[in-house]
Amino acid sequence: MFDVLRSMRDMDVWVPRTVVQMRRLGVQSVPIALFIATFTGIVLALLSSYSFSGAVPLYFVGTLIGKTIMMELAPVLTGLALAGRIGANIAAELGTMRVTEQVDALETLAFNPLSFLVVPRVLAATVMVPLVVALAMAVGVTSGWITAISLLDLTTPEFLKGLRLFYEFKDIWFGLVKSASFGLGIAAIGSFKGLRTGGGAEGVGRATTEAVVISASMILVLDAFWAVILL
Amino acid sequence: MICFRDLHKRFGEKHVLNGFSLEVPEGETTVIIGYSGSGKSVALKHVVGLLEPDHGEVEVDGHVVHDLPRAELMQLRGSVGFVFQFAALFDSMTVLENIALGLKHQGVSDREIEQRVRESLEVVDLDGAEQRFPAELSGGMRKRVGIARAIALRPRYLLYDEPTTGLDPVTSSVINALMVRTRERLGVTAIVVTHDMRSAYSVGDRIAMLFKGQVRQVGTVDQIQRTHDPIVRQFIEGQPDASGDPEVPEFEETIA
Repeated sequence: MFDVLRSMRDMDVWVPRTVVQMRRLGVQSVPIALFIATFTGIVLALLSSYSFSGAVPLYFVGTLIGKTIMMELAPVLTGLALAGRIGANIAAELGTMRVTEQVDALETLAFNPLSFLVVPRVLAATVMVPLVVALAMAVGVTSGWITAISLLDLTTPEFLKGLRLFYEFKDIWFGLVKSASFGLGIAAIGSFKGLRTGGGAEGVGRATTEAVVISASMILVLDAFWAVILL
Repeated sequence: MICFRDLHKRFGEKHVLNGFSLEVPEGETTVIIGYSGSGKSVALKHVVGLLEPDHGEVEVDGHVVHDLPRAELMQLRGSVGFVFQFAALFDSMTVLENIALGLKHQGVSDREIEQRVRESLEVVDLDGAEQRFPAELSGGMRKRVGIARAIALRPRYLLYDEPTTGLDPVTSSVINALMVRTRERLGVTAIVVTHDMRSAYSVGDRIAMLFKGQVRQVGTVDQIQRTHDPIVRQFIEGQPDASGDPEVPEFEETIA
């Protein structure tokens, strides 16, 4: 960790590469995040309506969709999907670079691999995962709203009434803070596993699998941690 | 001058280098031969600090490599070109970007970079390949780009790790000729690690055989060819020993 912080002095090395990684890790993750959010919103609307079954006013569908999507489902489901996409991508890429001696080549060209490879990925993931999650929140709530007015006996004003009922700005920033920590963790674990790869193609496969499994577990642990700390 | 002194390196239970000592004279090409997995590449990686010795030291221009502060180590790396066994080109970059990367990092101007890339590619007979990606190149071409990347830095030392491994005999000869030409044109001191004896004889001023972690014999090409040491003879002639089993070292696996 200290080495990573020290490597941040090489700004001319990591700044341009961070922009590239923001596109690769963030922008290219938008479709999968939105796909998940869309279907989560649909299922959540139907599930909450089914669960309330007359005992609770139906406009609480909006409340449930807003709270659960913003605070839990968008960050965690997107985080788990990105643990697969980003974590595997980073571990496989850096692992391949390690076993094909490209990391050694970087060092012989007087680069610090941490500044060149790790810092851009960690920063890009920390910044971009919350942005992707923010989009997922918006799309998840929107798909829940469309489902509610199309398939349930609910109007738009009723849905919005429920959505606003217990809404606090904290609902959003809580989800985004969690997401930033997920992004940081996924990229750090993927980089660590990738750079420590040994043993050829089998080693790359092992490093990639471990990166995804550890990242997914880390997301669940961090999710509980933030709930304890911030709620 | 590069000097290995009593170098020891272990990987787990395997004592790969076990008191390896060798002096590499200025301006000469020294070839280190030995069985696969005998620690030749491991020794080479100590020169640029990619590995740290468990004991002993490598001295370059009077500086002990593993004692150098990071800034000075980076400076040293700037004066050493390293040609990797499988070229180690960056897949996501074109040939031009691969060669220019180290130059940009050294703060060389764009105009100078353009000129040096062109010159380096001319030396390796790859003019016009600037915009191609490593995946579009043959194994021999990749190795030549690896050499171009190393010489573009105008190094004082060139380290070649198995430069002809995996190449057909004709391409190997091209690479051998290129190593000789590079030394003549740039006057660099070089270490070549190989188990290809044809290559060792063509490019080496001196040959050192690494066996069981130590230098078994060192001498000129002529001295090695006329050696009476049974282990060295067995290796250079590619013969199994009298019992029918090759006298190979215990550490068979390729390390690092």
